[in-house]
Amino acid sequence: MENLVRHRYWWFAISLLVIVPGLYFLLLNPLITTGSFAIGLRPSIDFSGGSMWDLRFPGKTAADVTTGAIADIFAKNGFEGAQVQLSSVDVNGTAIVEVLVRTKVALSSTDPNSQTTAVINALKATFGDVTREQLESVGPTVSQESTRSAIIAVFGASLAILLYLTWAFRLAPHPVRYGVCALIAMLHDVLLVLGVAAILGTFFGLEVDALFLTALLTILSFSVHDTIVVFDRIRENLINRRSGELFDDIVNHSVVQTLPRSINTQITTLFTLTALLLFGGQSIRNFIAILLIGLISGTYSSIFNAAQLLVVWEHREWRNWFRRGNPDGDQPAIPA
Amino acid sequence: MRSRDLYSLLLIVIVAGVALFINFSPSQSFLGRDVRFHLGLDLQGGIQVLLRTTSATATKDEVQTAAGVIERRVNGLGVGETVVQVAGSDRIIVELPGVENPDQAVETLRGTGRLEFIDPQGQYIPTGTVVRTSGDPNPAKLANTNPVSGTATLTNTVPTGPIYQSITDGKDLDTGAVQPAFSQGGTLGSRPAVAFAFKGNSARSLEQFTSSNVGKPMCIILDSEVVSCPTINAALPNGSGIIETSKAEDRDRILNQLKYGALPIPLVVETSRTVTATLGQASVSTSIVAGIAGLIVVALFMILFYRLPGFLAALALMIYTVISFAIYRLIPITLTLPGIAGFILSIGLAVDANVLIFARLREEYRRGRDIRTALERGFEESWPAIRDSNVSTIITSIVLFLFGNSFGVSIIKGFAITLFLGIVVSLFTAIVVTRTFLRLAAPVFSEQNAWLFGIDRRNTPSETATTAEAI
Repeated sequence: MENLVRHRYWWFAISLLVIVPGLYFLLLNPLITTGSFAIGLRPSIDFSGGSMWDLRFPGKTAADVTTGAIADIFAKNGFEGAQVQLSSVDVNGTAIVEVLVRTKVALSSTDPNSQTTAVINALKATFGDVTREQLESVGPTVSQESTRSAIIAVFGASLAILLYLTWAFRLAPHPVRYGVCALIAMLHDVLLVLGVAAILGTFFGLEVDALFLTALLTILSFSVHDTIVVFDRIRENLINRRSGELFDDIVNHSVVQTLPRSINTQITTLFTLTALLLFGGQSIRNFIAILLIGLISGTYSSIFNAAQLLVVWEHREWRNWFRRGNPDGDQPAIPA
Repeated sequence: MRSRDLYSLLLIVIVAGVALFINFSPSQSFLGRDVRFHLGLDLQGGIQVLLRTTSATATKDEVQTAAGVIERRVNGLGVGETVVQVAGSDRIIVELPGVENPDQAVETLRGTGRLEFIDPQGQYIPTGTVVRTSGDPNPAKLANTNPVSGTATLTNTVPTGPIYQSITDGKDLDTGAVQPAFSQGGTLGSRPAVAFAFKGNSARSLEQFTSSNVGKPMCIILDSEVVSCPTINAALPNGSGIIETSKAEDRDRILNQLKYGALPIPLVVETSRTVTATLGQASVSTSIVAGIAGLIVVALFMILFYRLPGFLAALALMIYTVISFAIYRLIPITLTLPGIAGFILSIGLAVDANVLIFARLREEYRRGRDIRTALERGFEESWPAIRDSNVSTIITSIVLFLFGNSFGVSIIKGFAITLFLGIVVSLFTAIVVTRTFLRLAAPVFSEQNAWLFGIDRRNTPSETATTAEAI
């Protein structure tokens, strides 16, 4: 039988291999390209404030509409530096030009109506018929508050889960370890997803919005969900421990025992998420993609990080990390 | 077959039957309750606005009063399924689904509704002009002018121009006397109008002013904007009169704003989201396809992998879907696009408990236990894992719900609610429903048809292998 615990440092290395490039784009890339420290995520109007327009031009082809002309019209109406993105939607069999416009400034809070009317009329004068499918505007106070609530939500959820885990594993030896290891696995997933979002944001313009945060929190809970299933097995096997049984073997045994469940649950979630990704509509596509990445990471981290970290902790292997010789921990330094 | 199992089966049949009835009731009502699906703004189109007060001294009570006034105005619009709620200390969320002209509706709602009469010093001020009055010398409409050309910069200009003397105080308006009316004849014929009356000091000063200024103009101001400047024909006795308008829509707007009282605090639009109904409709149909596809694939997977137990789990999954929808309709839960995603995601969660149990069942059977013991142990042994993992997801959904509340965005709340309900309902279907089904199916089991249960004893139990290795 495969000994998964023996190769634990390889599993950690694989995690790092994915996380480190993400961290580069999250933290270093903005510093290198702009010279100032910033987080390499592209905030949507939910967090940065501004407005987002979804416009359709019936009877126009992509050749008739240019991003520059649209940006000019927005600039003339008080929205400097608007980002315009062209795409095509299929409405009853005919392709229609769809334009997404993002502005840095929110609509006027005292008189939003005349402002939108002015923009739409100016667009109509140039391009003929224009329909406004969607318009969102977020003012600066709300966006600042949203950012604050987002941070509170992530920390609040983490703390609540840590406390619950410590309580749930109170009968196992060293209950705090389970909470902390689950939390590290969770951190792994958060960093990985943030890193992927930073990479996608840098190259494909992926925006971090309220839905992204929802996805992140869901990933947190699913990650812990998976970890608990594995930990529960370890707890059970520890209680029924035979004399002379090594901690490493118990962990390995538990991981292997829960493997079919981990894989099968992962597969069913993959099925439902793929269905959503394929048919679920444009507006939640990014949300589902992030969920998909995060859930795979969550399953990986529960098997290959959380459980393995328990072993590392059991042997206090960090004492060997900076010594000469083989730090790979092929053999446990101290028998349990 | 024990009677306990039969009672459980009866319970399941009743619950599923009621749920089915709620879902397919032709009258779309259950015990007098409307059980139609409530669709969120992103699915049926409409507008959501977050109004914020600009008054720094606004108290919680004033915000609450303002929300009450807005709610009455919303009801005056005659739109269904509206939401008006106070968020935080200085904000009001308003949701108007399926409104024809959302921008106009919001203008009606957030207008302060402060009616003033001013002495224009003999001038006829054009309709629509924003003026400074002694009642409100620095109107918000003048303070923050947006640049019209791209080169102009946004500055907070100090309003200039004359301050007109207010004859009346908006607070003295007798809202009970505000009624639709028609002006009598004149050169323009009968026109839509609003009847009003003032009380107290304002009534006296209006009567005084009109009686001593017959033949001169007087301007009617609503929220710092000139409605009209009629010539005074005669004194207005007891401070009552009518406001003429040129269009029926204007009449309705003024009527709505005055009738339900003035807002105690000025409000501005902080955040707004509008979606057209066509876009919402497209989202509904794609979600249905995604949901059905997800359900079918998961059911097929369970059947192929776990055979008969998998089939029973798929059956439980269908019951899960029917119950969930019935709950959405009963409470009711407003369905949004992320909410539906939350439901589809919870399909995966719903089978997770079954996957845990079946994996355990296989293990126990391989250890040499008979099918019944393996079944019972499978459920018992997997319970702590199911409980602990679901509690952590419940914690997250609660955090998401609270967070979504402070966000003032219903999309996150929708996701949190469906996820939460998904966990609770799936615990019922995965534990009670599947367990009862399996217990009832157990007598069918024999060594010959073990394949039907997807279990066999041929594989070396992994238990011994590991133990041997360990020792």
